Amino acid sequence: MSLILLAEQVLNGLQLGVMLFLMAAGLTLVFGVMGLINLAHGSLYMIGAFAAAAVAGATGSFLLALMAALAASAAAGALVEMLVIRRLYARDHLDQVLATFALILIFSEGTRWIFGSFPLYLNIPEALSGPVTLPGGIQYPLYRLALIGIGLAVAVGLFFLIQKTRLGTRIRAGEADREMVAALGVNISALYTLVFALGAALAGLAGALVGAIQSVQVGMGEPVLILAFVVIVIGGIGSIKGALVGSILVGLTDTLGGVLLPELFRTLTGSDGAAASGSAVASMAIYILMAGVLLFKPTGLFGQTT
Amino acid sequence: MTREALVNGALIAGLVLVPLWAWMADEPFIITLTTRAAIFALAAVGLNLCLGTGGLVSLGHAAFFGIGGYAMGILASHAQSYQPIMETPFLINGTKSMPIIWLVACLASGLAAALIGALSLRTAGVYFIMITLAFGQMLYYFAISWPAYGGEDGLSIYVRNGFPGLNTLDPIQFYALVFCILMLTLGLMSRLMKSPFGLALNAARQSPLRASTVGISPYRLRLLAFTLSGMITGLAGALFADLNRFVSPSMFSWQTSGEIIVFVILGGTARLFGPVAGAVVFILLEHVLGGISDYWHIHLGLLLLAVVLFAPGGLLGLIAGRRKIHV
Amino acid sequence: MSDAVLETRNLSKRFGALVASDDISLSLKTGEIHALIGPNGAGKSTLIAQISGALRPDEGRIFLDHQEITHVSMPKRARRGLGRSFQISELALDDSVLENAMLGAIGATGSAFSLFRPALKTDDLRQRAEEALFRVGLKDQMQSRASELSHGQRRQLEVAIALTLKPKAFVMDEPMAGLGAEGSKTMVGFLDGLRQEAPILLVEHDMDAVFALADRVSVLVYGKIIATGTVQDIRANPDVRAAYLGDME
Repeated sequence: MSLILLAEQVLNGLQLGVMLFLMAAGLTLVFGVMGLINLAHGSLYMIGAFAAAAVAGATGSFLLALMAALAASAAAGALVEMLVIRRLYARDHLDQVLATFALILIFSEGTRWIFGSFPLYLNIPEALSGPVTLPGGIQYPLYRLALIGIGLAVAVGLFFLIQKTRLGTRIRAGEADREMVAALGVNISALYTLVFALGAALAGLAGALVGAIQSVQVGMGEPVLILAFVVIVIGGIGSIKGALVGSILVGLTDTLGGVLLPELFRTLTGSDGAAASGSAVASMAIYILMAGVLLFKPTGLFGQTT
Repeated sequence: MTREALVNGALIAGLVLVPLWAWMADEPFIITLTTRAAIFALAAVGLNLCLGTGGLVSLGHAAFFGIGGYAMGILASHAQSYQPIMETPFLINGTKSMPIIWLVACLASGLAAALIGALSLRTAGVYFIMITLAFGQMLYYFAISWPAYGGEDGLSIYVRNGFPGLNTLDPIQFYALVFCILMLTLGLMSRLMKSPFGLALNAARQSPLRASTVGISPYRLRLLAFTLSGMITGLAGALFADLNRFVSPSMFSWQTSGEIIVFVILGGTARLFGPVAGAVVFILLEHVLGGISDYWHIHLGLLLLAVVLFAPGGLLGLIAGRRKIHV
Repeated sequence: MSDAVLETRNLSKRFGALVASDDISLSLKTGEIHALIGPNGAGKSTLIAQISGALRPDEGRIFLDHQEITHVSMPKRARRGLGRSFQISELALDDSVLENAMLGAIGATGSAFSLFRPALKTDDLRQRAEEALFRVGLKDQMQSRASELSHGQRRQLEVAIALTLKPKAFVMDEPMAGLGAEGSKTMVGFLDGLRQEAPILLVEHDMDAVFALADRVSVLVYGKIIATGTVQDIRANPDVRAAYLGDME
């Protein structure tokens, strides 16, 4: 395998990683602050993608499409938080799993009802289409490069938000001690709605951005959701830093494993059948990674041990 | 007689009378529907042991359902093609015999559950939910990318497997088998719940520290519960595959895990007949609502939300009140 | 060899800069009630957690019946004869009082992995459980749900569960807490007789109970035992008065 191909795969892994981070950040924030496990986070991703595809289809503007994705998913997030989610904070995880599973059914079927079962397509904006030549002669799609840039920028923004702003202080305080925050006179239920909507907006953004390189369809959120779960389990639930490290790890493992393992199996045994086993193993690589991490650190890389 | 006993009796009566009526009225579709309900009930009875009594929220029971399914698929497909499964170090042939398939399904899913459980039970709470989910997904992707047994397309079996003395292709006879297995399992489960093991598992859910300080390791209790639970769900998987004469990776999908949880919660957790009630209601809803609207999952979702928010004890909780204590 | 049933030798535990247990050597001898007192935050809970196996000490060793248990898991310590009750009740609140006591009996007889025999109809288990409930005075509540018990009755149930183990030593974390005058008196009378069966390491805030019961008292301040002796010794000890009792009188 050539170095150029390898570099390309590393970039692909990074791109998957930063998009996973957008999903995982919301999940882990919501868990860290509110103690809620939200299976319906993938639905918010889907809502973002559909909103973007619909607006892009009507206006032809990618920028407007992104704004629509952010607005629609944040609004859906805020709404669902106020109607359903806030009744679940005090419940056990089983109730949360079940209620948010119910929300998936509602969102998925609702979307199918509105948009039908056929996938929608969202085009890459003109300005970002086509490849660029990177140092070392690597040809790489500009749009994917932009995704990496946007993802990293959001990560930096999120760290800034949490470390430096008043809202961030409240979020961190909420993670440490809920009653304390309430005692300080912070409107806790508004804070929760805000955090949930913020997570939803990030998921919606990811959905819209990824929607342009895949098709936009019902059920697109769940595979990403499960990857995001793997990410936050590896990183340690509640930790943004863990989510970032976990995302990059999972992104790289999944992408590089898919390319390298079949190759490795083929080289080792010299047969194509072995390459097929290699890709079977590669499809499980991230789960093996996760099991490995949990074996040594049962609360993830950056999780708090209780 | 308590209300719960009445509900249980009604469920058994329904599971006997409805298929009997359908058989006499020549409505094989209804029999198949009831068979599906009974098989789902069995899968949920398995999950209920770890989720209800043990308090272990497994979002990965599709793994065992799928393993059971593939145990059937692999054994039967080899028997169908007269190709041995392996020749070295010793010869293993496929089989079309249900009892052997069930045994293999139980052993294989039990072994998987013991391994997955041994790892997953090192964690707790949300980590446990997610790691079980991830193990399920791991097997799902493995099934998709493993070409030897159909990969994404799954495996078809032309003729249903056999049981000595029965014509299993006759819907009512196959149903009778499934019904007997379900009742037998419920009987065993009832004994298990009352046994020292059941009592300790139930107590360890509420206070693991208490179990530890009387010399009982919660980890070992839970591992056994998880393993038994996986075996029962695996057996249900083998029956489900036989019902459809088809296995596919979708048996491993996380939606399957979610649905098995739904059966348990809808009916009532930690109650013997809760999963049965849940599975029956689910199939009924699917049939009735699915007939009215193509988008019946919306209604199912709303109903589930209502159960979680307003009737956390499920149907049995609603009808029979709080679980009785034993003295 | 000493006649200590339960013993810690030079036990130390640090949390960052905080020394929660500082070189603690403590013994519990046959037939005695050894009270452990100290102001809040002195490290009593940390010490109990190490003895029962919830926490690993950084240094030092623990012995039960002359066998080292420092690295033995909590369930194994229980099986070797360490019975304990909790400050905050650890009960299966959804189950009956009898079932809670049965749990102890199941643990004591090592029958937790018996799968098909009905527990409540197994005579030796049931006898053990009923006897323990009888002894703490909960016979009439046997058929109640544990959550219906009063605070004091839950305390009694805690002790009953420990009794089913027939342990070699008891570790009791504030068994008097929340009992009220009458309940405390009954509990004091009960523990008084219990020490003949197995010695008790008693963590207690109720000084009247401590002075009425304890054969020996150890005073823990800032993770260190500053004095061990009879009730008279401790009352007379100037260090103790300065560090602890001073603010109580």
